[in-house]
Amino acid sequence: MSTGAVWAVVLAGSLGCYLLKLAGLSVPAAWVERPWVTRVVDFVPAALLAALVAVQAATSGDALVLDGRLAGLAVAAVALALRAPFIVVLVLAGATGAVVHVLAG
Amino acid sequence: MPSPARTATLRDAVGLGMAVGLYGVAFGAAAVGAGLDPWQALVMSALMFTGASQFALVGVLGAGGGALAAVGSALLLGTRNTVYGVRLAPMLAPRGWWRRAGAAHWVIDETTAMAVAAPDRELGRLAFWVTGATIYLGWNATTLVGALGAGSLGETAQAALDSVVPAAFLALLWPRLRRGATEAAVQRRVALGGAVLALVLTPFVPAGVQVVLAVVAVALAGRPRARAVSA
Repeated sequence: MSTGAVWAVVLAGSLGCYLLKLAGLSVPAAWVERPWVTRVVDFVPAALLAALVAVQAATSGDALVLDGRLAGLAVAAVALALRAPFIVVLVLAGATGAVVHVLAG
Repeated sequence: MPSPARTATLRDAVGLGMAVGLYGVAFGAAAVGAGLDPWQALVMSALMFTGASQFALVGVLGAGGGALAAVGSALLLGTRNTVYGVRLAPMLAPRGWWRRAGAAHWVIDETTAMAVAAPDRELGRLAFWVTGATIYLGWNATTLVGALGAGSLGETAQAALDSVVPAAFLALLWPRLRRGATEAAVQRRVALGGAVLALVLTPFVPAGVQVVLAVVAVALAGRPRARAVSA
């Protein structure tokens, strides 16, 4: 993707996300506070974030790939389960990925 | 007029702001790792200013995804800010167009949580503005640190960064799945469905599109419960 196209994505995404925020403060509450709407909105992050975890950890292009990223993810999950701080989770995942890269490389 | 409640609100707001600011390093590094330049990463933190959407956009671009998939995933994750805005509107009661436009920019997970948790309306407004200001400054500053730092990485450090990005998404997801979260079991079901759907679709759709299509897994949450109707 060209630099210009990336800028277009960045600006379009930013504008859209801002308008979603502004809409919340501007539209009548009854438009948004419907059971179906709030239910879908409550669960969208779980579906999308989990999809991003899977895609970032186990795919490359259109192929499924097993490499150090999955090992890093497993370590991150254990760290999160032990309630480690965010920064510790990331450092452990990164270190695991680097070690697997060196051993496999 | 300093009071214990006011001091506690300020302390919590600044503390949370500084903690969240650390995520910015991860975002800046992830953005540059995905092929953005440091200016693009910084403009995203300044203008988009909603972490999960920012991570999603660079995540999709980094996976080779197209413009529509990248923007679409960011917008889908941005919808919850609309609901936050509806909940905050009576408390903030921004008078006039400019105040509303300014307040809207800071309607995110953390400012909403802090404002709603405050003991009264005045402290809620204070919590919103102080949390927003602290996070905004910290998030932008640390984005720049992460973006500039990632530009000088060697091959092994790049492999480390590749492992940091999925871990960052997992860390964003985790609080929703943890025991004690609202409907944690349903959240887990939806998350598992989203992950499986994305992996199954990966060989068949253009890069990034599987992330947007994974939103279908929300159907696994089922109907709204009767209680929600009266809420």
